[in-house]
Amino acid sequence: MKRILTSSVALAVLAAGPALAQRKATIENVPDIPYSSVPNLLKLPSGEYLGESVAVATNSKGHIFVYHRSANTRLFEFDQAGNFLKEIGSGYYGFEFAHSVRVDKDDNIWTVDEGTNMITKFSPDGKVLMVLGRRPPAVLGVQVAPAGPNVPAQKYILCRPTDVGWDPQGNIFVSDGYCNNRVVKYDKNGRFLAQSGSEKAGSALGEFNLPHGLQVDGQGNVWVADRSNFRYQVLDNNLKPIREITNLGVGWTVCISSGPHQYAFLSNSNPNGNLPGSWAITGEIYKTELDGTVLGKFGHPGKLAPGFQVVHMMDCRNPNEIITGEIESWRVQKLMLQPIAAKAKSEASAAR
Amino acid sequence: MSTMKRPIQVMQVLAVATVTLGIMAGVPAYAQKDVPEIRFDSIPNALQLPAGLYLGEVGGVATNSRGDIFVYTRTGHPTVTIGTARPFAHGGWRLLQFDRNGVFVREIGKNSYGFMFASQVRVDPNDNIWVVDQMTNMVIKFDPQGRVAMLLGRKAESVPVPARPPAAGDGSGQPTDLFDRPTDVAWDAAGDIFVADGLGNARIAKFDKDGKFVKSWGKKGTAPGEFANVRSIAVDAQGNVYAADGGNKRIQVFDNNGSFKTAFANVGNAQALCLTKGPNPVLYASNSNPPDDIDRDGEIYKMRLDGTMAGKFGRAGKLPKEFGTVNAIDCRIENTLYVGEIGNLRVQKLVLH
Repeated sequence: MKRILTSSVALAVLAAGPALAQRKATIENVPDIPYSSVPNLLKLPSGEYLGESVAVATNSKGHIFVYHRSANTRLFEFDQAGNFLKEIGSGYYGFEFAHSVRVDKDDNIWTVDEGTNMITKFSPDGKVLMVLGRRPPAVLGVQVAPAGPNVPAQKYILCRPTDVGWDPQGNIFVSDGYCNNRVVKYDKNGRFLAQSGSEKAGSALGEFNLPHGLQVDGQGNVWVADRSNFRYQVLDNNLKPIREITNLGVGWTVCISSGPHQYAFLSNSNPNGNLPGSWAITGEIYKTELDGTVLGKFGHPGKLAPGFQVVHMMDCRNPNEIITGEIESWRVQKLMLQPIAAKAKSEASAAR
Repeated sequence: MSTMKRPIQVMQVLAVATVTLGIMAGVPAYAQKDVPEIRFDSIPNALQLPAGLYLGEVGGVATNSRGDIFVYTRTGHPTVTIGTARPFAHGGWRLLQFDRNGVFVREIGKNSYGFMFASQVRVDPNDNIWVVDQMTNMVIKFDPQGRVAMLLGRKAESVPVPARPPAAGDGSGQPTDLFDRPTDVAWDAAGDIFVADGLGNARIAKFDKDGKFVKSWGKKGTAPGEFANVRSIAVDAQGNVYAADGGNKRIQVFDNNGSFKTAFANVGNAQALCLTKGPNPVLYASNSNPPDDIDRDGEIYKMRLDGTMAGKFGRAGKLPKEFGTVNAIDCRIENTLYVGEIGNLRVQKLVLH
């Protein structure tokens, strides 16, 4: 009887682990970055709705792409002012369950779909240019969630991939994912070059436990949100680990801004499944230098804007205009960041 | 990838495997390294898709006598409907028609009961369009106007959830006119119908031109007349049947009644066949790379009907002039091919030089 009780407790703990992926950041004395949220950013046509807005990105013209989980997973394009322009990929074979959208330096649009295990490169006008991974053939029938250990990771088959990024040479990096636990490097033509991690979860440097987000900085270093290890890892261009960041909470998603001076934005998103008190210790986004120096933080959980309800992805092409996609509020927000010094100044003036 | 570039170990393994298969099949093994490379180009934008239309995995591509192009593609989402007595599956593929310039003309068979998982499309000498579906287990003949003209096989009423383990059938070749994951269809000069059946069964089924089941031959195995699977099929002017037995890395040749004649063991993982018409026919055969690897195989062979090689071209990859698991070849014009790819969700138009 006692043994049964013990194992029940163990199971409960295991089950709670992934669902309640929350951790209070241990870093202290981080200045707050003042910000405001642009009201009603996206104007949807009558009768259209966003679902879980897990993925958002902008192109060089400022157009906003939202890859979201509607009744079907869909990709919408909006102009810079948030006016709806068009839908891309309606009925496309590679869309089933959205996870990420990113735009490369040539304005190609890349979708990462964890339902089809496919990553698709669309041209700026929405034509399919290349695919990575393969959708499991439907002819094999309905597969229930697989039991037992993950099958060995393969070079060209992905397992619930989560994100994609590129180095300045155009090499492709993929975080893969919920059932593999690895980062894969392909050349610009989609040929496998290297991987870090494997199908197995691990906690050593160079191992991953749910690599949930990925971006590459201008030096070609690869930033990985190693979510269930509650950290970020920075890898060099050949996927050798350089360092880890363990004091910023959960490690949900990462964004690297463009331009000559790049910043990293790292989100300690509040979990899917909150305890009383969860909102008090999670939900903030950190702004850092590429060397890891933390410059400031902004944001907090909340059902109402400008609160966040599980930030799943950020666009930070302009480091002072952060666009967030949220899971549970089916919402995209644009946050206008203000200089920290100005806030301090205004507080000082208010105090006087 | 040419054999010259393969690592030595792989070459040796391949050589051993080829020799072994050659001995097993009782036919000579041709040395692949002696096959000349055929120069070729890929014509860009062979198909112009209207906005909002996307190809999925291309199961089949074929042309009719006017040069119209038919593409049978795994797009959309096969849907399982729940909340009823049994789970039912619907949809999932589309049959698209383009004109000879690649301009989209129309969709045929939209929302058909027989459309779930594209396997192949072929056009017969009378411009009827035949599609083979390996999930509904049906072969559907559309007349040139797109009306259903004849049906072979029957879709299962419901789908098992969870899926049955793969290879639930033993592939022994069922004795009936129902199919298990058929892959291809071809006709002889008399109009008799030959169905490659396929990935579940491992047999070839013969019907007369009116669809009356005549006979079938083959079962799982490696001996002559047995198949690992039957992935593609072609029939020549004399009525001989060429069957791509990819899992056994060979093409088997039978007479019109299914008697084994010979086998070609120099073609790799034969997945897609196309046989030209006219006085000097040639057979194209794709050594298709597996969907999970683009670093091997992928070349297409051009051969004479005695199995000797005229040349080869292409390799696996994602760029133009590279192939991602070729599943279909159209060769109505001998040196102007349409190639359908599973891995790259596209059709390429190739011109051989």
